[in-house]
Amino acid sequence: MISVVAQYKLDVRCEDDVVVVRRKARQLAQLRRLDPFATAAITTAVSELSRNVLVHGRGGIALLEEVSDGTRYGIRATFEDQGPGIDNLERALAGGYSTTRTMGLGLSGSRRLVDRFDIQTTVGKGTMIRVEKWQSA
Amino acid sequence: MTGNIPILKIGRTLLVSIQVELSDAVAESLQNDVLSAIERSDAKGLVVDISGFDTVDTYVARILADMAKMARLMGADTVISGMRPEVAATLVRMGYTMDEVRFALNLDEALALLGHVLAK
Repeated sequence: MISVVAQYKLDVRCEDDVVVVRRKARQLAQLRRLDPFATAAITTAVSELSRNVLVHGRGGIALLEEVSDGTRYGIRATFEDQGPGIDNLERALAGGYSTTRTMGLGLSGSRRLVDRFDIQTTVGKGTMIRVEKWQSA
Repeated sequence: MTGNIPILKIGRTLLVSIQVELSDAVAESLQNDVLSAIERSDAKGLVVDISGFDTVDTYVARILADMAKMARLMGADTVISGMRPEVAATLVRMGYTMDEVRFALNLDEALALLGHVLAK
């Protein structure tokens, strides 16, 4: 059973918001004593995914949560936008493909950095991505 | 302008030590400032120290790689120094490679790598 200890809802409407969300993720990871590697991993994933919300999703929200399974703490980050959705999810998750000037590694790279990665996307409706990073055992 | 990121000159090498979190706007103006500084100072080498970074996402990585490519076009070699272990691990785990750039553990090593330039 995973319980939510605290949660923070942040807007992702402009480039400065990406910096704010990334900073908050780093702060929470350090607060919950994730090691430097796990902290860098979740902070980077949050940075990539909030940038995706801005660039591909035309803005949206980020929900950052401190979570616990009773033994360990983790950070969960959920990103939601009402953008165009991802029409070829397989290709987007494979990486190296970009519709904009970014590297095309945001989605695939973030997935490799976290312990859990869920995505729901509907063309024309939007995208929801949820990731978790936990203290190492 | 990137007033809070000084660009220093040592011999014919420029040294940029980035100690602040790079927003997109600052990152792009830093590129321009560094290129202008190369032209003004006739630099042959560029060292970018990122030991102050605990996170480098693919956007910032690309800014740095592009900066090195641009400097190369102006005849200056770039060495990025001081990448922290967690940043190196994160970039490689994401599948990101910066093949066009040289790296050094610290400033000493970076300047040594550019030694042929400094000797002039």
